[in-house]
Amino acid sequence: MKRYNVQIILAVALAILAYLAQEEIIGKYALSVLMFMGINVILSTSLNLVNGYMGEFSCGHAGFMAVGAYVSSVLGVMLFAKDKVFGPALLDPSLSIWVFPLIVIIGGIAAALAGLLVAIPSFKTRGDYLAIITIAANYIVISVVENIDTIGGARGFMGMKSVVKAMGKTIDMPWMPIWVFIFTILSVWIIRRFISSTFGKGVPAINQDEIAAEIMSVNTNKMKMVAFMLSSGLAGVAGALFAYILGYVNPGSFTILKSTEVLVMVYLGGMGSLSGSVLSAILFTLLLEALRPLQIIKWVVVPFLLILLMQFRPEGIMGNRELPDFFPRLKRFYAFKD
Amino acid sequence: MESLVQNILNALQWGSFYALIALGYTLVYGVLTLINFAHGDVFMVGAYIAFFVSTFLLTTLGLPGWGVLILAIPLTMFFTSLVGVTLERVAYRPLRRKGAHRLYVVITALMAGLILEHANLAILGASRKAFPSLIEEQVYNIGGVVFTNLKLGVIFTAAAVFVLLNFIVTKTKIGMAMRAISYDKFAVPLMGIPIDQIIVFTFILGSSMAGLAGLLFAMSYPVLEPYMGALIGWKAFIAAVVGGIGDIRGAFIGGFLLGAVEIMVVAVFPSTYRDLIAFSVLLIILAVRPTGLFGVARHTKI
Repeated sequence: MKRYNVQIILAVALAILAYLAQEEIIGKYALSVLMFMGINVILSTSLNLVNGYMGEFSCGHAGFMAVGAYVSSVLGVMLFAKDKVFGPALLDPSLSIWVFPLIVIIGGIAAALAGLLVAIPSFKTRGDYLAIITIAANYIVISVVENIDTIGGARGFMGMKSVVKAMGKTIDMPWMPIWVFIFTILSVWIIRRFISSTFGKGVPAINQDEIAAEIMSVNTNKMKMVAFMLSSGLAGVAGALFAYILGYVNPGSFTILKSTEVLVMVYLGGMGSLSGSVLSAILFTLLLEALRPLQIIKWVVVPFLLILLMQFRPEGIMGNRELPDFFPRLKRFYAFKD
Repeated sequence: MESLVQNILNALQWGSFYALIALGYTLVYGVLTLINFAHGDVFMVGAYIAFFVSTFLLTTLGLPGWGVLILAIPLTMFFTSLVGVTLERVAYRPLRRKGAHRLYVVITALMAGLILEHANLAILGASRKAFPSLIEEQVYNIGGVVFTNLKLGVIFTAAAVFVLLNFIVTKTKIGMAMRAISYDKFAVPLMGIPIDQIIVFTFILGSSMAGLAGLLFAMSYPVLEPYMGALIGWKAFIAAVVGGIGDIRGAFIGGFLLGAVEIMVVAVFPSTYRDLIAFSVLLIILAVRPTGLFGVARHTKI
């Protein structure tokens, strides 16, 4: 029974969420906050893989998110919606339920390929110089998108709402919250499995000492490639979901400011702590919503909070530890692996 | 031929801004191995300080344009270096005292930049400011090559700054101390060198040059907005890295190189490709020569 505790809790949570959204017991606003929470969880955990576990300083996460968002949006609109540029729908809209997860995953794969832009230079380059490469990658992605006119250029791209509507028409369920929930859980699960696997132990090994890791037969180049691609691929998944929630994407949503937001979440939660990242993504989303009335001052308050954090508790909320280190009783419900 | 000379002149002017800002990055990095990500925004603040100083001098004191310029240069440099030094005192020094990991300082710098940007936006509003014209712009035309006295002034200033800084860093005692800190941070205090003073001096140098760049930039492109520092700052940083961060020659050569690349790109391609190609060049240079043109590779020892 103990083995399935978490699965049962998650299934019940998903059912409750779907029910609440379907009966519109929680409002549209609260629902969208919940969905952005899920997206932020994906973003912060995936960046934590590179910045926390591997100890690199990647600050171009939003670029990969943009790749995922655009690829999946264009694909979805091409297949299931009537569009000025791409013409009539190629497939029957009722198929959208089955194809939608595939579209999101294809967005993720495209982002993972874009991650090669950073992964390949990372073989030779480390530290500050790699940080610059990630920034450059972010800017390159944004400029490429701005220069392609078929997908709207700087004006942005829309039409994803009709895909979401097509899903709702086929089977009347709140599809977006369900998919966000499933993909969030999936990505946290993938990262946890990866980090705790024997293969994935190579990632913290690179962080500790790259040369020693190489001597101990860790293929560091391969490890870096896998970590960067996994991280950027999951960012792409988050971007795809982000695009479908908003129904509109433009390059301006994926600038360095967005990347900084994700960085804040990672360092707030603690480097190398998966549960810390999840927790901080949730807290940070709530904080941003709470500070919304302050408008622009919000972006003075949030960085200031992070500066204070760096001064007084630089290791973040959780440090290097996971949830069961703080609450040992949790181990009774679930067998945590190290 | 004429257009080539014209483009070279434009590239020199554009590169001068990058070079002046890149200096701030490279000086601080050379001494502290810290990427001062707030530097682009210090440049933005410098431009705003120049705006306020010159409007004050022009309207309240009613000075003539050239007089304003002569006063505005030292005043802008002074106030901008105050901003830089305050940043160092409030944000970076406490972390350094605690011996915090470098990464935390970098994050603090990023956040300080965001605070400067958005505090400016919150206080002054999103409306753009028009910089008053201080000197009468004279257009010269020699054999079809058009240039202004302002353009020449910018290029000349950058060259003068390069000579001055190169002299300070390589020939003076304080420059020697700066190089010594970057060489060995722990032995330097033992030699009786006041490490904090040297670091403050470095920040003064870097920020005052950013202030100078802000003033010149505002004179050349007289529209100010809070986000102007971010992109130029990042690109100046790229210039510093391409040249090999931590080396003054590198900052200048990188700055002029980036300026040249951008101007040439605009001359051949649509102007929207400028950022794309500039950043791609950076990516390629870093992938081929990870420490930049002048940087010395530090081998990791076991």
